[in-house]
Amino acid sequence: MEWANAIVQGIVTGGFYALFACGLSLMFGVMGIINLAHGDLAIIAAYVAIALVPSTHLPMVWAFVVVVPIFALGGYLLQRTLLQTSLDRSPFTTLLVTFGLSVIIENVLLEVFSANGQSITIGTLITKSFSVNTTITISYLSVIVLAVAIVVLGGIQLFLSRTPTGRQIRAVADDREAAQLVGANYRHVFGIAAAIAFATVALAGLSYGMLTEFVPTSGVTTLLFAFESVVIGGIGNVWGTLVGGVILGVAQQIGAQINPAYQILAGNLVFLAVLAVRPRGLFGVRTA
Amino acid sequence: MTTQERAPTPRTAASGTLHVRRAGASGTLVGAAGLVVLVVFAFMPVIVSEADTTLLVNFFVLLTMAVMWNLLAGYAGMVSIGQQAFVGLGGYGVLVLAMNGFDPVAAIPVAAVVAALIAVPVSVLLFRLGGGYFAIATWVVADTAQIVVSSITSLGGGTGHPVPGLSSMSPHTFAETTYWAALAVVSVSLGIAYGLLRSPLGLLMAAVRDDEVSARSAGARVMTTRRIVYVVAALGCGAAGAILAVSQLQVQPSSIFSVQWAAEMIFVSMIGGMGTLEGPILGTVLFFVLQQNLAQDGAWYLIIFGAVAVLVAIWTPRGLWGAIRQRTGIELFPVGYRLHGGARGLVTQAQLLDGGSAAGSNGPGSRAGAVWRRLRS
Repeated sequence: MEWANAIVQGIVTGGFYALFACGLSLMFGVMGIINLAHGDLAIIAAYVAIALVPSTHLPMVWAFVVVVPIFALGGYLLQRTLLQTSLDRSPFTTLLVTFGLSVIIENVLLEVFSANGQSITIGTLITKSFSVNTTITISYLSVIVLAVAIVVLGGIQLFLSRTPTGRQIRAVADDREAAQLVGANYRHVFGIAAAIAFATVALAGLSYGMLTEFVPTSGVTTLLFAFESVVIGGIGNVWGTLVGGVILGVAQQIGAQINPAYQILAGNLVFLAVLAVRPRGLFGVRTA
Repeated sequence: MTTQERAPTPRTAASGTLHVRRAGASGTLVGAAGLVVLVVFAFMPVIVSEADTTLLVNFFVLLTMAVMWNLLAGYAGMVSIGQQAFVGLGGYGVLVLAMNGFDPVAAIPVAAVVAALIAVPVSVLLFRLGGGYFAIATWVVADTAQIVVSSITSLGGGTGHPVPGLSSMSPHTFAETTYWAALAVVSVSLGIAYGLLRSPLGLLMAAVRDDEVSARSAGARVMTTRRIVYVVAALGCGAAGAILAVSQLQVQPSSIFSVQWAAEMIFVSMIGGMGTLEGPILGTVLFFVLQQNLAQDGAWYLIIFGAVAVLVAIWTPRGLWGAIRQRTGIELFPVGYRLHGGARGLVTQAQLLDGGSAAGSNGPGSRAGAVWRRLRS
């Protein structure tokens, strides 16, 4: 029964990984940018929440109302300035620039907030859970995060397929020159895609801060999990990422069941096994 | 080695006959100068204090890593942020050998070779991913290596283990031995990089970096080229890690597998200039100057260095040395080629590699064609 519990916990964790990964996939799919600072940006969101909210005496839920729009705006601005400039050089440059950002963010957070673990407290919700039977207990929070992940993934897919802006984004992603010929300003479109990606980054970071304790270096760990989910599920497949996240989450929980020290190792091994056997991922539509 | 090595003439659209020649000073001259520098550095422990030799050991370690990362990214176009995997494996290689009775200093080259051997199967997995996904996957590999090593209790688990067999040396002998070992590692690394870049493989690497598709279409074995570079880089980083294990007298997973090594080797190469041999040297010098001046302020030296690296990547992608070379035409290491003759006269290496636009030819075929013809000659 402990194994069943491990699987259930893995599934709800997988939702969180997928939420984390969707911004990464979106930026790669549209701009061809692999944002190596993805995880660190999410951790900034969590730190902003714990720095802002206690001073304003508002309930923690307000963190979402404030931080998510700030991140969307920040994403648009960062894309129009630093990221676009480096993208104009080459995709190679964007890798180096975002890696530089990642190291800078991590070390600034260490200097400002120290390496002590922090967490976002949201009153009683964090401790409440429901029992399926005697061994399986699921916290409400992790179910909410899973639900948010599904809503966000579905929402992005609907947005991309049904709205005029979404169609522009897909057009620019498919063929930038052709889209420009018919009037799309690709820089602005890239900015919008980055804004959406950064909003999901903020959501993921805030969820992370509520689910578990975080330190300045947590960003890197979560980036790796998000990336593993994307590759396991198949690059370019949104729902594949959700399945990839679930597989990763389950693998980690089963690993932890064998020995707590093997939690991350088990996930990494599943990732490497998928890479060895099925390099395009389980539901891959195209290669990187 | 002759002063001017002639390569077959590439055909161009706009101008008449062009000659591709080896750029920069003559190979003999550089060899002699390098030997003089090596002899001067070899006598350093006699001249400077022990604290300074320790600093120089760290300098050599970082320079070795930077030279290797520059081969990977600057020449073979692979951005790895997981080279600390091989730094750690090299360090732990020394530990394992020393625990089994080997002399730790003699174990350094063996540990480096072990790291390189491990890189072969790892490259098979990693090369299935391209560009940015390759980059993150190298990080996953480093993460995995650290976890696996940390879980081996006989090696001290997460807290690490002291390297046995070093306590018999006097502090003075120990300082000298580590210094010479580090000097040997950095000299061999620079020598390998220099030799590699002057070989036909070096030309292939530049072709693959500049335009993989046309290099492939000209018959370049892209995968093999990349794999050789990846394994050489693992060898160098493994040797650097082996030196670290000896000089620090112990290995600890979280420090020897730290992503900080990746950050430092990357920033140093970016600022100094990727795709040049001089760049990592210049970058490492600047890094140590900054670190020595800001060491008391925590991690700020790394933050400042990272910020400078980002700015350099955007404004002058070929780094400070690239900018210097463009202004002055100075090349310390003759590894590149120059185009002579034709309408424009002298053409810089950068222009030759950036598409040969100054010579009037552009797009696929021109550069890769030159590579192909040179290799067949």
